[in-house]
Amino acid sequence: MRTNRALSFTPAIRVLPLTPAVILLLLFLAGPIAYCAYIAFTDLQLTGQAEESFIGFENFRTAFGDEAFLNAVWLTLVFTVVSALIGQNTLGLALAALMQRASKPVRTLVGGIVITAWVLPEVVAGFLLYAFFRREGTLNAILDWLHLPSQNWLFTLPILAVSFANVWRGTAFSMLVYSAALNEIPKEITEAAEVDGAGGWRRMWHITLPMIRRSIGTNLMLITLQTLSVFGLIWVMTRGGPGGKSQTLPLFMYEEAFQKSMIGYGTAVALLLLVVGSLFSVVYLRLLRTEV
Amino acid sequence: MPRTPSSRRTTHRLAADAGLLLVAAAFSLPLLWVLLSSLDPDANLQVKLPDGVTLDNFDAVLTPDITFTPLLNSLLLCGGGTLLTVACAALAAYPLSRFRSRLNRPFLLTILFATSLPITAIMVPVYALFVQVNLIDTMQGTIFFFAASQLPFAIWLMKNFMDGVPKELEEAAWTDGASSLQSLVRIVLPLMGPGVAVVTVFSFVMMWGNFFVPFMLLLTPDQMPAAVSINEFFGNRGTVVYGQLAAFSIIYSTPVILLYVLVARRLGGGFALGGAVKG
Repeated sequence: MRTNRALSFTPAIRVLPLTPAVILLLLFLAGPIAYCAYIAFTDLQLTGQAEESFIGFENFRTAFGDEAFLNAVWLTLVFTVVSALIGQNTLGLALAALMQRASKPVRTLVGGIVITAWVLPEVVAGFLLYAFFRREGTLNAILDWLHLPSQNWLFTLPILAVSFANVWRGTAFSMLVYSAALNEIPKEITEAAEVDGAGGWRRMWHITLPMIRRSIGTNLMLITLQTLSVFGLIWVMTRGGPGGKSQTLPLFMYEEAFQKSMIGYGTAVALLLLVVGSLFSVVYLRLLRTEV
Repeated sequence: MPRTPSSRRTTHRLAADAGLLLVAAAFSLPLLWVLLSSLDPDANLQVKLPDGVTLDNFDAVLTPDITFTPLLNSLLLCGGGTLLTVACAALAAYPLSRFRSRLNRPFLLTILFATSLPITAIMVPVYALFVQVNLIDTMQGTIFFFAASQLPFAIWLMKNFMDGVPKELEEAAWTDGASSLQSLVRIVLPLMGPGVAVVTVFSFVMMWGNFFVPFMLLLTPDQMPAAVSINEFFGNRGTVVYGQLAAFSIIYSTPVILLYVLVARRLGGGFALGGAVKG
């Protein structure tokens, strides 16, 4: 599809429009990443230090011997698996599948409510879910009404509370991805299976899921990456507490860097997070490989 | 008695409706809380019918300190960031979409790689870097960072939308002697209006809701956008007036919800964004 005119542009002029974007990306994205890789190996502190010095892998050695760090890794894992891989992903797929069959007014209503939760600013979502899970909140009121035992969720099971909060806030994304994927499955295929007598679950397992497996892969990668970087939601609901019981890696990183002034150590944790994120990104790219 | 396919379908539809409504009920509880509490003179943390309907909560938060200054700051930050993002993305998308080059593929792969990096992780080094170059606690520094963090996704979306505009229209303009920039601004961008709208709204909504970036990069209370100030006003105080918190949450959330509805309708349903993200 080359045109004569396009051929007559010299390569230099062609890439000219790219420069503003490239400069911004280099200065404000690539720069910090490179800087991150550097200060992770230093003992940089927030105050009272003339110059940072290079300390090799000391920060990482500290991290892996640090109870609080290992606790944060574990909680990040729980948070990601419970809220993203299980919660958002399954609920999003279920909603999308049900929407295929539901009547239009119900579909519009449900889509509207779930998407509103997604579009709300992170901090607002945090406050709403804080109110929901507080001891005096709505959840306990409902449990009391049902004569079920209530408890102080943000105190006893904070990681579960913030995980549910993340499900509430993030499910719309998976729902949208899966709705788009399910709409692309030709009607004839599902109808043929129905005529052959395949029940709902069998159709789902043998026909629908294999046909949308690429979307499943993409969705899992993206929601994992989004969940790994959740900060505001947890910060508003619990500040990572009580006693670090909901302190995922981003909150741990923040506390080390700013409340304890250990920028070098905080950055080392950030670098680990970045490396894990990059690995997921690479897998995601491979899934998309044919489309670029 | 064997059931006919149509009666079976009706049963299925009713079951699907019931399931969806159940989930919707659970999802709507926190939303109901914020709506009802904002009108309640005596709101607490539970969903309950207001003791009487009042606008006092809105009245109390509609002050320069609590609402107007933070919202204006949000508008400056997110408006500036969005303008920069959309302009840079449109320019960058043009050669990527129109000219073939060996560099396109590696560039796009890098961009796509960058879209999925956890930005949260680089905020500590960005803070340290901004302190050194005196960009810390400045609006322009935060705008630049906002733009840079949204750019990868914006370029990717913009390029995909631009691919949908046929080249033939432009070739006519080229033979009439229009430059690339002219054909981009006069022909391509107007033709992909909905696409530009999506990129704009998406960038704006992401920045409007972002808490961590301004929380880290801005220090002076006067410069704080609503995302951070709401936390200062309601999160750090001993006693919280929940009705006012709810009222402020509604004021702060309304713009992004309206913007979303605007784009979603123009694209025929909210599912287009999901489709764009997917690919």
